[in-house]
Amino acid sequence: MSLNCKLSGLNNRLLTKSKMRKPLRGSSTVWKWKRLFLFVWVIVVVIVIVFGLSLFSGVFRKKEMVTVTAGTSEDNNSLVLVEQFNVSKDLLHELANSFFESDQISTLNCTKQLGNKMSTKHDISCTLKVPNDEQKVEVWGQCPVHDDKAPMVHGKLAREDSDIRKVCEIKKKEQAQSASRSGGKWMKKLLVVFVVAGVTLSIWLFWYLNEGIQKRREETLASMCDERARMLQDQFNVSMNHVHALSILLSTFYHGKHPPAIDQKTFGEYTERTSFERPLTSGVAYALRVRHFEREKFEKEHGWTIKKMETEDQDQTLAQECDPENLDPSPIHDEYAPVILSQDTEDRENILRARASGKGVLTSPFKLLKSNHLGVVLTFAVYRTHLLPDATPEQRIKATVGYLGASYDVPSLVDKLLHQLASKQTIVVNVYDTTNVSAVIRMYGPDEIDTGLLHINSLDFGDPARKHEMHCRFKQRPSLPWTAILASGGVLIITFLLGHIFSAAINQIDTVERAYTEMMELKHRAEAADVAKSQFLATVSHEIRTPMNGVLGMVQMLMDTTLDGKQLDFAQTAHASGKDLIKLINEVLDQAKIESGRLELEAVPFELHTSLDDVLSSFSTISQEKQIEKLAVYVSNQLPEVVVGDPMRFKKIITNLVANSHKFTHDRGHIFVSVHLADEVTRETDMKDDMLRRILNGSKSNLPCDSLSGLPVVDRKKSWEKFEKLKGKDSLNESEKIKILVTVEDTGVGIPLEAQSRIFMPFMQADSSPSRTYGGAGIGLSISKRLVDLMDGEIGFVSEPGTGSTFSFTAVFMKKEACSRDTVLQNYDPAVSAFRGLRALVIDQKDIRAGVTRYHLQRMGILVEITSNFDSAQSYLLESPTIQDEIKSANLTATFVVKPLRLTVLISCFRETLPAGNARVVARTKQSILGNLLRDKRILVVDDNIVNRRVAEGTLKKYGAIVTCVDSGKVALEKLTPPHSFHACFMDLQMPEMDGFEATRQIRRLESIFNEEMKSGEADHWHTPILAMTANVIQAIDEERTKCGMDGFVSKPFEEEQLYSAAACIFESG
Amino acid sequence: MAAVAQLQRQFIEYTTSLHNEGYLDDQFTQLQKLQDESNPDFVVEVVSLYFEDSEKLLNNLATALQQKSVDYKQVDSHVHQFKGSSSSIGAQRVATVCVHFRNFCEEKNLEGCVRCLQQLKQEYILVRSKLETLFRLEQQIVQAGGQIPMME
Repeated sequence: MSLNCKLSGLNNRLLTKSKMRKPLRGSSTVWKWKRLFLFVWVIVVVIVIVFGLSLFSGVFRKKEMVTVTAGTSEDNNSLVLVEQFNVSKDLLHELANSFFESDQISTLNCTKQLGNKMSTKHDISCTLKVPNDEQKVEVWGQCPVHDDKAPMVHGKLAREDSDIRKVCEIKKKEQAQSASRSGGKWMKKLLVVFVVAGVTLSIWLFWYLNEGIQKRREETLASMCDERARMLQDQFNVSMNHVHALSILLSTFYHGKHPPAIDQKTFGEYTERTSFERPLTSGVAYALRVRHFEREKFEKEHGWTIKKMETEDQDQTLAQECDPENLDPSPIHDEYAPVILSQDTEDRENILRARASGKGVLTSPFKLLKSNHLGVVLTFAVYRTHLLPDATPEQRIKATVGYLGASYDVPSLVDKLLHQLASKQTIVVNVYDTTNVSAVIRMYGPDEIDTGLLHINSLDFGDPARKHEMHCRFKQRPSLPWTAILASGGVLIITFLLGHIFSAAINQIDTVERAYTEMMELKHRAEAADVAKSQFLATVSHEIRTPMNGVLGMVQMLMDTTLDGKQLDFAQTAHASGKDLIKLINEVLDQAKIESGRLELEAVPFELHTSLDDVLSSFSTISQEKQIEKLAVYVSNQLPEVVVGDPMRFKKIITNLVANSHKFTHDRGHIFVSVHLADEVTRETDMKDDMLRRILNGSKSNLPCDSLSGLPVVDRKKSWEKFEKLKGKDSLNESEKIKILVTVEDTGVGIPLEAQSRIFMPFMQADSSPSRTYGGAGIGLSISKRLVDLMDGEIGFVSEPGTGSTFSFTAVFMKKEACSRDTVLQNYDPAVSAFRGLRALVIDQKDIRAGVTRYHLQRMGILVEITSNFDSAQSYLLESPTIQDEIKSANLTATFVVKPLRLTVLISCFRETLPAGNARVVARTKQSILGNLLRDKRILVVDDNIVNRRVAEGTLKKYGAIVTCVDSGKVALEKLTPPHSFHACFMDLQMPEMDGFEATRQIRRLESIFNEEMKSGEADHWHTPILAMTANVIQAIDEERTKCGMDGFVSKPFEEEQLYSAAACIFESG
Repeated sequence: MAAVAQLQRQFIEYTTSLHNEGYLDDQFTQLQKLQDESNPDFVVEVVSLYFEDSEKLLNNLATALQQKSVDYKQVDSHVHQFKGSSSSIGAQRVATVCVHFRNFCEEKNLEGCVRCLQQLKQEYILVRSKLETLFRLEQQIVQAGGQIPMME
């Protein structure tokens, strides 16, 4: 408001200024330019402010935050606080000094305003000036503080003055949080500036427009007034000239001739006839100059007495028209001017003036006798002789013979004039005689009403002694300047609107920013908590594992002692619980490891089939307990036998999935694990694998019998529909990598739809209510997902509540040159190869189950025929009677084989059920491997370790070797001193006293000596094959071994395969 | 027969658990395979040998580590022996501890060695009890007239 007042004040001043300026037209143009410039500048400033607000607010705010945070607001606040805490002035100064030293504050002004004396609220304003390197920063802060907020600090301060700074610092920290808000503050200041600028602009606009209107009014008035004044003047002058001419006429014809050529009648007629020339004069009169000494003569001559005319206005006048008899004799004067030829009254003073000047002289206005109008009388002197223009007044007075007067009726005169002009309604004209400034006489016009504008023109009626003015006004007061009001009002409204919008925006930004800061803080805390959690889990899990192992071991040992049934039950329960705990801890540890990125995958070659068999075998007993019909595995024949990857983790994923399926599958149905190449499922057109085609088609046609157990299953294709990398073959190098797709299908309860989204989140469970049906920590699937991620794969699932779920995942492994199938299978049982070439008939109604059976049989090298019912089986049997035996046995087997089908179980069943002849075949086959090589060979085993020795002995004996054992190198040396009967020697490398190398060297030396001796006689060359038995197959040892004359090595503990190859080397070549 | 079948299953489970928990590895299976009619008590024989040997070695180790100046070379050779015999019978965990033990020996870290010895003892006792249980089970099966199932 004050601003407004100020501005309006300014406005007024400017208005008055402009009024004063009016005569100075030159400077007005300069002002115009200035005004234009000002206008442009204001516009530019406003635009800049607006843009600055909208565009660069962020930058500015940051800057602001920095500067404010850097030292000012805190300082302010601390100062405020100090002030607030009732610290004495001295302390404040001390503080100021300290600030001066530390912060280079050059000036510090603090004012304290005690708001209400009763209230505890104080407002403190502080101004700090901090000279900066680049610029001077001046900050102003105001802070309402409640005294009661910090009574303790107050007390402290009162006690220990030296602690002020400390307290300040504490407070600084507290205030630091609010520093961010000062950013918004700055913007608010900017906004205030903007609003003020807007208001200023609108006020200026109003003033500018209003002034234009005023000016136009003034100009109009001035021009109208000027016009009127000029006309009046012109008319008057014309009349005056005529009166002058009349005076000259009188001097010529009245005085110049004797007797005068004009008498009253002629004069009257003449004047009347020429009155059109003097439209403004209401009458003319002529008076003779009569001196006092001539008075009597004059009176006699004319038969009159000169009398004084008494008029109401008390002017000294000589009148002719009035009845002379009624008048008193005029007082004696030096001279008189009796009217001889008259039209109107005369005035003595004017007469005298007119006589002296020789020009027309006007009287002051007076009421005319007849019309009662105000009038003036123009008087001209009539001279006897013709005077030169430069005649002196004395000469003129002397020459004067009479006076000619003409009366003017001013109001009617002006009326007449104004009627001739347009727009007489709009303006009011007043004419004043201003000869006497103190008593201005209004000659024309109504009473003056102040309607604002006034224009004054001075009138020149040819009498320099008399001053007349014309005042012009508009009849009405000016109407309100609506244009200006509307325009400026618009600007004002726009400004406020913008201001409001920006203010709202600033508030919003402020809120959002605060929320953001808060969120960031929370996020950091959450992240830190997460990391801490992972670390904690890892640490704790590890720490728990160690003692748990002890507990478990001890419980195990306890179980091994003689316990009664109850005790054993307790111990077993404890052990099982402990094992569960360890398992859980391991999973948690895994999760933590994966989360902290510490888990690295191994890259070792492993066998897919074996891995799957392992997984399934671990579930076999549970499946049996739960009576799930089938836990089956099927591996596509397109897959290589061996891949390079992390078998443990791979198994872990499948185990988790199977365990999950297990948990939710009750009493019926199946769990079916199938493994395919990822490419297989994408190339639907040419599926090389029958089984896959059947599975996929089955799920498509949705026939109930097409699943493993005959129960309906979900469409497994959907489970990998979302896999992004499945089809993108570019991502993996075909030649080196292989992507496999594992699917675990179950017929369990399925996952509720609402839980499907969080199934892979750690510790999330489909049903996390306390009354949930299924146990578990809910970590297995999460770990699986992470492991799959590590394997560069994807995991997905499809689930239908009530039908079951199918989980699919892909994993990328490296290819490896495939070993022969036999080699792998021999790891299980060398006897497996015995089944090779057998033929089997599988009778199963369900294609898929039959497919699984065939897969297992094929792995053993058995040729499989599948038939769906007994009838066709019969026909098959009739067609090929030669294979009847095998078929029978296979049929028998089918009755024995427990589900789930597993390779090992199959093998043992086959073994049991195959006829004795076949068993012999098996035995024979086995013997043919090593037995042929080692049979009846005399072998010396050298090992200091009795256990190893015994094991080696047992192993070799198994293959028909005749084994002799010795326990040191020295004894071996004795035994192997030629001639001896040993065919080979297995030598431990690391032995006390004489190690294997040394012993071998000695033996070789003895052999060479012997060979030297026997050279001549025998062709036989003694070279006992010596095989090193070693646990560590290191290159260096290998070299040393060959150097000292060993023929080969077998790893210890014996591996049949290796033993075979080593033995083959020795005995077949030798 | 049912009792036998149950015993057999128990035996398989137990053996599987021993494998899964890492007490035994394939080597033990190999040993079991070596046992046949001609050599009926082979496993028990070997394992008993192992027990004797191990106890001797453990004693030796304990003595060696109690010496004022520990002869790490000797300790190492003992541990080596222990490791050898352990891996021969497939006592995997014992063998693993032996490997650590040897590392400490190399570093001549007495404290580590002593700790490892404790661990070794613990593991050994564990595996011994496990094996004894296993043999008892075997005996029970044999007594019940059943056949000891083959492990994979």
